[in-house]
Amino acid sequence: MADSPQTSAHARPLSPFVSIYRWPVTMAASITHRVTGVGLALGMILVAWLLIAVATGPGAYDSFVGCAQSIVGRLVLFGFAWAVVFHFFNGIRHLAWDIGFGFKLPTALGTGVAVYVLSILGAIAIFAWGYHQAGLL
Amino acid sequence: MSIRTPFSRVQGLGASHSGTEHFWRERATSVALLPLTAWFVYAAIHLVGQSYQDAFTFLHEPVNAILMLLFVIASVVHMTLGIQVVIEDYVHTEGSKLVLFLLNKAFGWIIGVACVFSILRIAL
Repeated sequence: MADSPQTSAHARPLSPFVSIYRWPVTMAASITHRVTGVGLALGMILVAWLLIAVATGPGAYDSFVGCAQSIVGRLVLFGFAWAVVFHFFNGIRHLAWDIGFGFKLPTALGTGVAVYVLSILGAIAIFAWGYHQAGLL
Repeated sequence: MSIRTPFSRVQGLGASHSGTEHFWRERATSVALLPLTAWFVYAAIHLVGQSYQDAFTFLHEPVNAILMLLFVIASVVHMTLGIQVVIEDYVHTEGSKLVLFLLNKAFGWIIGVACVFSILRIAL
């Protein structure tokens, strides 16, 4: 490892990168899985915040709830809910691939579309249930 | 004729310093997280609009505290493994890679300890 690619003096031939390809749903889902995974890791900060707030006392809990109920808070939580559902269902898809199921092209494309549809419906269902729980729906 | 030591050969790990543990642990935690995440989503919805006392009482229940501990621990292990792969895929200079690995581990430990301590504080 004398030279890193970034500091090489000569322009080396590059393999095509994402920008050059069509975006079949399988590729989009793979990238979305990774993006939602990183997003959920950041989302764990919110989980830690909630748990610390409950452990600390009513004041800390109320400020958490205040942030969660703001417009920005609701948008973040909706994104969190969508990411959870997407990563959950696409994770099942990956586990199925790991044991050898679902590799036929129509199946892989179909399950990819299904995961996107389920993730949006799931996030809406979670929010509807949450609003219902709070007596707002 | 190989210059590898017998110990290195019997380990069978080569230049990567590791075998299939990373892949396997990522899969094992993902399977564990299927029911745990479903429970977490249910718990999170259940807490919407609840008072501090209700939230405290919910997490004070032993079964809920145990499930929350399992969810948090499985999540932290899973996310640390996952983010390590992302770093390995996109960062190719040894120095920055090492720094990011350490930050990733630190992030996992901080989130994990913060969550576990808080849950125990509420439950005990």
